[in-house]
Amino acid sequence: MTASEASGTPVLEAKGLVKRYGRVVAIDGSDLELMPGEILAVIGDNGAGKSSLIKALSGALIPDSGEMRLDGAPVQFRNPMEARAAGIETVYQTLAVAPGLDIADNLFLGREQRRPGPLGSIFRMLDRKHMREEAARHMSELGVATLQNIGQAVESLSGGQRQAVAVARAAAFGSKVVILDEPTAALGVKEGNRVLQLIRDVRDRGLPVILISHNMPHVFEVADRIHIQRLGRRIAVITPSSHSMSDAVAIMTGAAPPP
Amino acid sequence: MTAATDFDVRRHDSAGLRLQHTLHGNPVLGPLAVLILAIIAFSIVNTRFFAAANLSLVLVQVTVIATLALGQTLIILTAGIDLSAGAIAVFSSILMAQFCVKAGLPAVLALLLGLACGTAMGAINGMLVTRLKLPPFIVTLGTLTIFFSLNSVVSNSETVRGSDMPRLMTWTGDAISIGSFQLTYGSILMLVLFGFFYYALGRTAWGRHVYATGDDAEAARLAGIRTNRVFFSVYTVAGLLYAVGGWILIGRLASASPNVGTEYNLDSITAVVLGGTSLFGGRGGVIGTLIGALIVGVFRNGLQLAGVEVVWQGFAIGLLVLVAVSLDQWIRKVKA
Repeated sequence: MTASEASGTPVLEAKGLVKRYGRVVAIDGSDLELMPGEILAVIGDNGAGKSSLIKALSGALIPDSGEMRLDGAPVQFRNPMEARAAGIETVYQTLAVAPGLDIADNLFLGREQRRPGPLGSIFRMLDRKHMREEAARHMSELGVATLQNIGQAVESLSGGQRQAVAVARAAAFGSKVVILDEPTAALGVKEGNRVLQLIRDVRDRGLPVILISHNMPHVFEVADRIHIQRLGRRIAVITPSSHSMSDAVAIMTGAAPPP
Repeated sequence: MTAATDFDVRRHDSAGLRLQHTLHGNPVLGPLAVLILAIIAFSIVNTRFFAAANLSLVLVQVTVIATLALGQTLIILTAGIDLSAGAIAVFSSILMAQFCVKAGLPAVLALLLGLACGTAMGAINGMLVTRLKLPPFIVTLGTLTIFFSLNSVVSNSETVRGSDMPRLMTWTGDAISIGSFQLTYGSILMLVLFGFFYYALGRTAWGRHVYATGDDAEAARLAGIRTNRVFFSVYTVAGLLYAVGGWILIGRLASASPNVGTEYNLDSITAVVLGGTSLFGGRGGVIGTLIGALIVGVFRNGLQLAGVEVVWQGFAIGLLVLVAVSLDQWIRKVKA
């Protein structure tokens, strides 16, 4: 991340977001900036408001106040579909895949393509061949080529493979931002590392990534900048070169003052 | 090639696991094997079983249940359940009969109105499930009672004879002969509907959404599927199918009677379960349901011909259901 890039217009920007649930304040005037071509990690203790912040960005919850800008233009999302339509794709911790459907079906879930002509318009027939080809292309572009069969049910895949399917879906359809919520949480060391490589691949294709994670080694391995959330606010933005892992944890837990 | 390339698929070798995987991938195989074995066994026990006349009787006997089970399948695929299937079918048949006999409407209009009423009853179920967020079991338990009660009110607990109705109403009971095999128009209609929904579930986006919603409704919602629309659509479409079942029922009984069909509610679920569709949603399909309905028909008819008393037929079907559900549980535990 060069200084000039970092000082450019953020792809995604949030200012003073607030979300209350009754008397509980989940987000207390939080800001966030995502720069072009970077991996921004968001870390914070449990209850720091990471999830709520990310849900606000991805349209899964509507903030009580505050503003968001996408490429400098103000945006408001009333549901996840609107955020997706604007080019923000989110991979939720729960993955949002349908285990019984195959890889191609999952990649196009909610965005199915129909056959051209009357077969599609009258008989609503899906263009399975085209969707499979596209799915295979997207998967191989991300280097997940050895999933031999794009027609394989997702439930027959390992945790890392499922994550790969979810990330591939986000990368295939996200035009502006990809948000990943704890993508390595349920994975072993080997599969976790492969998913980190996938995240770098997504960034290298030009899509900025917001990565929410509890795993400090993973965060420090891939993040360009690290946004630290504490008590519903952003209290610091650091980089892996400016601070150590223990510094980050200390700031995150309040043991050390923010820089 | 990056490090991400070697996500590999593990292989299993034990015969049990292979069977589990095969059944997992092809949920129709189990029910199909049961059906074929049952047909072979009953043919050996009594040679009259495999006669064309008897086989056509089996088909006629399962036609109404199969049609209801088709609607039930759509709902169970979304991890729901519909206890009011039979009530909607019978009430729709009564309404159709009353529309033409009491209200004197033309047969086509009475039929269409009856189908519309069935659809509306399904839509009420769908509305209660999606708007009030009530569990489908409770919703349909309530509407089951309501529809049966309205049914008695509207019909005055009187049966309308087929001979008093226009031909169109009992047309579903008419048959074409293929040798000594009698194929009713009701059965043809039922088979056409199965073909239609086989296509709709497998080849359209709506079908994919039904499976995804049944598999994991929250995941489907996050993936951008309007799950409430999916839920509402399956209950509504099922209502229409139940009403078609009601029409077929008039042809089968050559009358519209408010006092039949109490067992249809649960029988339709039995057929779905025997056909390998999972009560937990997202797994199974309409071909399995057709096979499941045929299994029930073949067992009842075959046991009858084998001289087994009626009371023990129910016992046998009950055992089959338990085996089917246990098998489903085992298949669901398949490891990645």
